[in-house]
Amino acid sequence: MAETSHQHGVPGAPPSGETRRDFLILTAGAMGAIATIAVVWPLLETMNPAADTLALSSTEVDLSAIEVGQSVTVVWRNKPVFVRRRTQEEIDAARAVSLDDLGDKQTDEERAPKPEWLVLVGVCTHLGCIPLGTKKGDPRGDFGGWFCPCHGSHYDTSGRIRKGPAPKNLEVPAYQFVSDTLVKIG
Amino acid sequence: MSTPVPRNKVAQWIEYRLPVFSWMNHNLTDFPEPKNLNYWWNFGSLAGIMLVWQIVTGIVLAMHYTPHVDMAFDSVERIMREVEWGWLMRYAHMNGGSMFFAVVYIHIFRGLYYGSYKSPREILWWLGIVLLFLMMGAAFTGYVLPWGQMSFWAATVITNLFSAIPWIGGGVVEWLWGGFGVDNPLLNRFYALHYLLPFIIVGVVILHIWALHHRRSNNPLGIDIKSAKDTIPFHPYYTIRDMFGMGAMLFVLFVFVFFVPNMLGETINYVEANPLQTPSHIVPEWYFLPYYAILRAIPDKLGGVIAMLVSILVLFILPWLDTSKVRSARFRPIYKQLFWVFLADCIVLGWVGAQPAEGVYIVISRICTAYYFAHFLIIMPILGKLERPRPLPESIHEAVLKKRGPAQPAAAMEKH
Ligand code: HEM
Ligand code: FES
Repeated sequence: MAETSHQHGVPGAPPSGETRRDFLILTAGAMGAIATIAVVWPLLETMNPAADTLALSSTEVDLSAIEVGQSVTVVWRNKPVFVRRRTQEEIDAARAVSLDDLGDKQTDEERAPKPEWLVLVGVCTHLGCIPLGTKKGDPRGDFGGWFCPCHGSHYDTSGRIRKGPAPKNLEVPAYQFVSDTLVKIG
Repeated sequence: MSTPVPRNKVAQWIEYRLPVFSWMNHNLTDFPEPKNLNYWWNFGSLAGIMLVWQIVTGIVLAMHYTPHVDMAFDSVERIMREVEWGWLMRYAHMNGGSMFFAVVYIHIFRGLYYGSYKSPREILWWLGIVLLFLMMGAAFTGYVLPWGQMSFWAATVITNLFSAIPWIGGGVVEWLWGGFGVDNPLLNRFYALHYLLPFIIVGVVILHIWALHHRRSNNPLGIDIKSAKDTIPFHPYYTIRDMFGMGAMLFVLFVFVFFVPNMLGETINYVEANPLQTPSHIVPEWYFLPYYAILRAIPDKLGGVIAMLVSILVLFILPWLDTSKVRSARFRPIYKQLFWVFLADCIVLGWVGAQPAEGVYIVISRICTAYYFAHFLIIMPILGKLERPRPLPESIHEAVLKKRGPAQPAAAMEKH
């Protein structure tokens, strides 16, 4: 190859053909790389949630039927959401915990602005199972909140992770009180 | 034995344009194999047969299956009840997956025992590990298709593994799902992938066999082929043996298909998927249990996922972790025993992976996980240096003759 470029150049002159060829190879390579990315990008993006999936719905929950100490499960985005009307003991237990004892440090005040009502996405932050503790008679784990049987994660009465492999507290979804007895999730 | 140039005129016409006949003759008929291969060398061809089996039964199932969350479960039940011979095809495919893994695992342990991963077969070994990963992908995406409770929750748990990736994990999982949870978009793409992956496997199998034929088969003695005397042609010696192996394997497979078709499955997968209720006890299929045990042994989410991945990835560097100069465990008195300890460790991991994640089971899973990694990362490097291998035979030919005894007429071996 070097010989060919020499033939075209002036004999004895520096092999300028080499640098020009290098330049062409480099720019052509860069164009090729950009083109590849431009093709792969939309291909991968098609796998993201589609527009109609993203147009998320919200769910309304009527709280008037829930008694103290009782929990209900509602469906939001095809996932369960737990709404628990906590007893005074449960609230006290959740608020008495020192932040040092928590892996994912959040106060109960942040998680439940209205202390009586705890609203959680019912999906274990480990690998996505649905923790037990909402129905009557369910095991509630070592901290009186929820227990995930899949790999043994224990959540407290604020839905915070206390023991087991889950890294995070149960997620508190965006919600607002439409009235005293009606809450809108999402 | 056939001649490389076909006598038939039509075949000659073809051969001139595309040399299929000499190619087949080279790779399937005259191909020289070590003459001392034992039955553990059957399992590669058995894996190939199972791949064809899965593709054939799978294509038939695909003609009746509907990948939609509202219809998938019913369409599989329809295959079972209404489609002519549908139950047979589904049971054959379902148990075929298990058979496939069984023969591949034996194939891998054969490699571990006889040092088949060592130079010059490292790339052959790597391609095998790639095949294992692809098979896991195919089996997992397939298991989700019937959309039973275990399908759904297996999909949930496994896709959530990706959420352990720092920073981008949450985004990656939603991208995998195509939504906010396991739902129709996921079922659709899993079906596409389940159809695709087996054909990618076919491609990698071709590379695997290319590498094999380039550097030839290892053998129970683990020594190189030195002369033509060490070999016999593939056909008819190993073709007939592979046929016999296929018969034996199909016998086992048919016992499962016809007598206990659901033994290896989970009953709860005959309940349709319910996104609001996790079954009380989630277990993967048996062939994933050891990895699942390793995942659960580590009390940290990211750590568990990494340990599980590394438990297979470590096989890639095994050719360099094993410092022994000798391939076959036959001549490695200590490794020969530790091989069985390692195998037992894997079986215990599989067993504990099926137990609830609590109490003594967690302790057992941690001990076995630690031993699993110690085997590769500590024992293999040190043992190769300390162990004094027994003397190797001069050649395969000599070793075979010695075993037969000099009284045996050597002519019988020479006939080819
Ligand atoms: C590497 C090879 C393959 C493996 C390991 C494999 C594995 C599996 C497994 C474990 C299942 C779930 C069985 C059940 O519980 O019902 C399944 C289902 C299915 N597979 Fe495959 N498969 C393979 C190849 C294929 C191919 C090539 C096709 C189609 C062209 C296919 C089509 C299907 C269909 C339609 C189902 C759903 C019906 C059913 O559940 O029985 N498979 N596969
Ligand atoms: S999914 Fe809840 S502990 Fe693993």
